Amino acid sequence: MRFSEIRDHLAQFRVGIAGAGGLGSNCAAALARSGVGTIVFSDFDTVEPANLNRQYYFTSQVGMLKSHALKENIARINPDITVIAHAEKLDRKNIPEIFAGCDVIVEAFDRDEMKEMLLETILTTMPGTPVVIGSGLAGWGNSNAIRYRKADETIHICGDESTTADDDLPPMAPRVGLVANMQANTVVEILMKKTRDYYRL
Amino acid sequence: MNFLLNNREEVIDADNLTVSMMLELKKFSFRMRIIRINGVFIPKEQYDTTFIREGDNVMMLYLMSGG
Repeated sequence: MRFSEIRDHLAQFRVGIAGAGGLGSNCAAALARSGVGTIVFSDFDTVEPANLNRQYYFTSQVGMLKSHALKENIARINPDITVIAHAEKLDRKNIPEIFAGCDVIVEAFDRDEMKEMLLETILTTMPGTPVVIGSGLAGWGNSNAIRYRKADETIHICGDESTTADDDLPPMAPRVGLVANMQANTVVEILMKKTRDYYRL
Repeated sequence: MNFLLNNREEVIDADNLTVSMMLELKKFSFRMRIIRINGVFIPKEQYDTTFIREGDNVMMLYLMSGG
């Protein structure tokens, strides 16, 4: 299959990304380059200098809302992508609204309790929607510990599933990038198997 | 009793096994986790009252901080 055909297929779909930090911003960049039609994301944070060790932002964007900065960066990569950027803190109430109609949702939070909240919300209010989780990416090295696993029909996991980020084991660009791109790769794989449900347009 | 835990055969010698008991017996200690039994999501508040039955397919995953 030629890239132009792959891109045209991916252009039909809508992908949700929960969080625009290390996982979300890098995953969005890979999906934008691949030609995913619509990217919906939400993040209420602003870009800080400490984010630049792994997140897809630039020094000139420090102080900007991540929702604005990422929208700008995606447009610079691929202006054909429709980007719906929210600057809301995601919770049990707004997740089903913001991500309604998404073909796949990428879990891209930093904190474990937010990851859990998102999963619980999707499984209870949006059952059947595939979700791609990032779990375990702290530190450096040990590339082979990072893997993809399909937990069941709708839950896909990327990461080492064992490291927890903290002050002495920070998340860094190489390993966060591995997981973020593995998540994007999983999204592409899911979408390439899918035919568009036109009635939902 | 036999059941599947993350696609592996698990044998636990108990007749009335709740999700909480299983977590304790298996020494699963991480806080943030998701459990589904036969595809049905089990909320934390129901771990004490949900029983695992013979042949059940239990899926558990941990959510690690970092992103």
